[in-house]
Formats: sequence, C-alpha cells, structure tokens
Amino acid sequence: MITLIDYKAGNLTSVRKAFTFLGEECVVTEDPALVRDAQALVLPGVGHFCTTERLATSGVRDAVLEAISRGVPFLGICVGMQWQFAGSTEAPETAGLALFEGPCERFKTELKVPHVGWNQIRRTAHGEHSRLLDGVPDDSFVYFTHSYRAPVVKDVSAVTCYGETFAACVERENVFGVQFHPEKSGDTGLRILKNFCNYADERSAR
Amino acid sequence: MSTGITKRIIACLDVTKGRVVKGVQFVDLIDAGDPSELAHLHATSGADEIVLLDITATSDARPILIDVVRRTARQLFVPFTVGGGVRSLDDASALFDAGADKISINSAAIKRPEIIAEIAERFGSQAVILAIDAKRKAGAEVSVDGTVEAEVYLAGGRVATGHDAVAWAREAEARGAGEILLTSMDCDGTRNGFDCPLTAAVATAVSIPVIASGGAGTGRHFVEVFKTGCADAALAASIFHFGIHDVRELKAELQREGIPVRLPC
Repeated sequence: MITLIDYKAGNLTSVRKAFTFLGEECVVTEDPALVRDAQALVLPGVGHFCTTERLATSGVRDAVLEAISRGVPFLGICVGMQWQFAGSTEAPETAGLALFEGPCERFKTELKVPHVGWNQIRRTAHGEHSRLLDGVPDDSFVYFTHSYRAPVVKDVSAVTCYGETFAACVERENVFGVQFHPEKSGDTGLRILKNFCNYADERSAR
Repeated sequence: MSTGITKRIIACLDVTKGRVVKGVQFVDLIDAGDPSELAHLHATSGADEIVLLDITATSDARPILIDVVRRTARQLFVPFTVGGGVRSLDDASALFDAGADKISINSAAIKRPEIIAEIAERFGSQAVILAIDAKRKAGAEVSVDGTVEAEVYLAGGRVATGHDAVAWAREAEARGAGEILLTSMDCDGTRNGFDCPLTAAVATAVSIPVIASGGAGTGRHFVEVFKTGCADAALAASIFHFGIHDVRELKAELQREGIPVRLPC
C-alpha cells in the first residue's frame, strides 16, 4: 500500500496511475495521522517550492519525519525530492526537511531554463549499489521538467548534466528522491517505481 | 553521457468524435484509428511525448471528451498533453484529473490571457502549453535581424486576431506558460517542411521550450527545424499515423546528423 501525499499543488493522477499499473494499491491523503502510519510514502510535487509550506502548516511535515525515523520508505519526486534538501533559493523563507545538505538553486547555465525533456542519468560511486536504480543501466533516459536543481552531495546516487552536473537521484537508507518524473519516463521510470515498491514490500514483510 | 537535453519528437493525435482523424488542411477527414491504441503504439515505437488535440471542440462549442482522455492516459507513461476547447481552470482541472500531464490552450488565452497564470499557479508552469497558430503576413519576408512578421489565428485557424506571434509568445511566457506549441498555418498539411525562420524567431525570443509544428514530411525537415529553426521539439501528426515514418528510424537519422535524441527508446 502506497500513501501518496497530496498537498494541493499540481496533479497526482499520473503518479497514482503508474502505481496502479504496477499492481500497488494507493491512498491519497493530506491527513498527518495516515501519513504517520503509512507503509510507504510518496511525495510527488510540481510547481513552486513555496507550495511545500503547506506541508509544515498541515502537520504533514512532522508526520513524515516521524515515519522516516521508524524506517518507513519515503520517495520524493521533483519538488518532493528538493523538499528533502535544506531548502531552495526559489523560496528562501520555506524550510526543507534538511535530510540532505545544501540548498536547491536555479540552473547556472547559458542553456534554456526550465530544463524540459528527456536526459540521461549516471550513477555516482555512492549509487553503485542503489536499490532504486537496480536493473537500470547508466545513461538511461528519463523525463525532467524543472528550473531549480539540487547539489551533488554525498548521498546523491545518480547525476545528470545540463550545462552543469546536478543531482538526479538521492538515496540514504529508507529515503529516496528523484528529480525527474518516473511516472512519465517510460519503462525506465516504471522500473524505478517498481524497485521502490519492492523495497517497501520487503520491509513490511520483515 | 551527453551534456544536454535531447530534442523531442512528439506524435500528435487529432481527434474528433472520439476517433483519430487525418485530414488535408482540415478537410477530407479520414479515420485513422482509436486514440488510446494509437497513443500506446506511438509511445512504444519511440515517440517522446503524445499530444491529443480535440480539433472540433472549440468550433462546436462543446467540452473536450474527458472519457477519451482518461482511456488514452490509462496506460501511457510518457508525457501526455491534451488541448482543444480548454476554456477555464475547471476545464483544465478535469483534464488533469483524467490523466493529462499538460494542457494546451489557444483561443481561450487570446480571449482572456489571465487563464495562463490561473492554470500555472494551480498546476505549475510545466503543465501549461500555449498553442499559437501563426500565418505569415502577406509578403512578409525574414528581416535582417531575424524577425518574422506573423499573425496569430484562433479557433483552428478560422479567425485572425491581429496579434504578432513573437510578441504573443513573449507575453505568454511572462504570464506563466511553460512551453510554446507553434504551428505554421502556411506549412501545415503541405509536407514541405516546417517554417524554420518563424520557429527560430519565436524560439530565440523566449527562454521556454518551443515545439515546432506544421509541414513535417521527411526526416530532413526535422533536421532543419532543429538546426536552423532552433526548435526544442517537433510535432507531427499525419506522417506517423499510417507508419509512413518510423519514429526510431527518424531518430537514427537525426542522430547521424549530430542532433541529440532519446535513442535507444
């Protein structure tokens, strides 16, 4: 059972659809009690970083932290991954979870921003045994759409180049984040979501 | 690993009454199949995105067919854009709820440009594509500074607006649009190639991606629109439907020309 966190920013349909296709049951909620008791948590996200402010005011932020500390698998997608970092220069007054160090910043490139389309991911040394990327070859293509990017810190498991190298995937123990949209990244993306589900299933079986 | 993003090939499904149709400049429509089957076929044969346009929703003054969108989206795991007849935030919300990742707006944004910001604020700029149907002004040539005088049309090319295409693209970006879908009415349906000067004029005027549309006939046309038209993506409808063009073959040709594409796909 996947608990999808709805914080009224953007659209959860595509993410829910992908999990349903993979045979997972999904519950969509903004209720901190349901988040706290989840078996596996997914935070999709699009749009402005300031929309994550709602997670703090609604009590979901504390519930997520509590679930993570109990070992509940947690996957952040796009802005959901950025929220796992300390914050973003897009909304300096909004705090992230600070599970990973450093702020997200706007791309520093002469290329067009936003970065929209299919680009490649490659494992870092840290990501060599990544559970999320199990069976996903280096240089696989995934679909991105974002203007801000997370820094390449020690927990980053895969990177992508767009004028500069940035964090595509991050992973530490039960916390996972992807900057791209696995639900829109064809078979590669479905494999990544399936790996997350498998990890969650193994954990609940223990 | 490449150092940049790939150029996207987008397959467009023109839909009316729940069926994909193929026409020559909007007349003589031929049935080309079921939208959900064709979308799946295009995605598995290498298309980077799928666009579904309800080509008669605006002219018939009726809402877009939500059940067709839902059915098409169900097993589609590449970006999926829906357009035609989106008039309000509520229309857009219903489409996102049915499984669209992005919506394309055209006539409604000309009539009430605030709708761009309304949808972008709720669903994010990445979910809002402004579609521009443009036609070169009579006798308009490319000026020395690269500008092209082209006028924006609406309602499927039926009504002239007096807006300049480049200026409208800039305004849409400022209002929160995430991409521009630029269709050349002069080239649409001709299969003689995209309007590269017009595409380049718009693509260099904005920082958001520009999708070129109208005129695709051969692989060479795609090479040109990426190289000289500065397009970020190129869209075609009819050439893909009957397998005239295999997307993988097209991508292989682009790759040979040094254009980065998603391959293997």
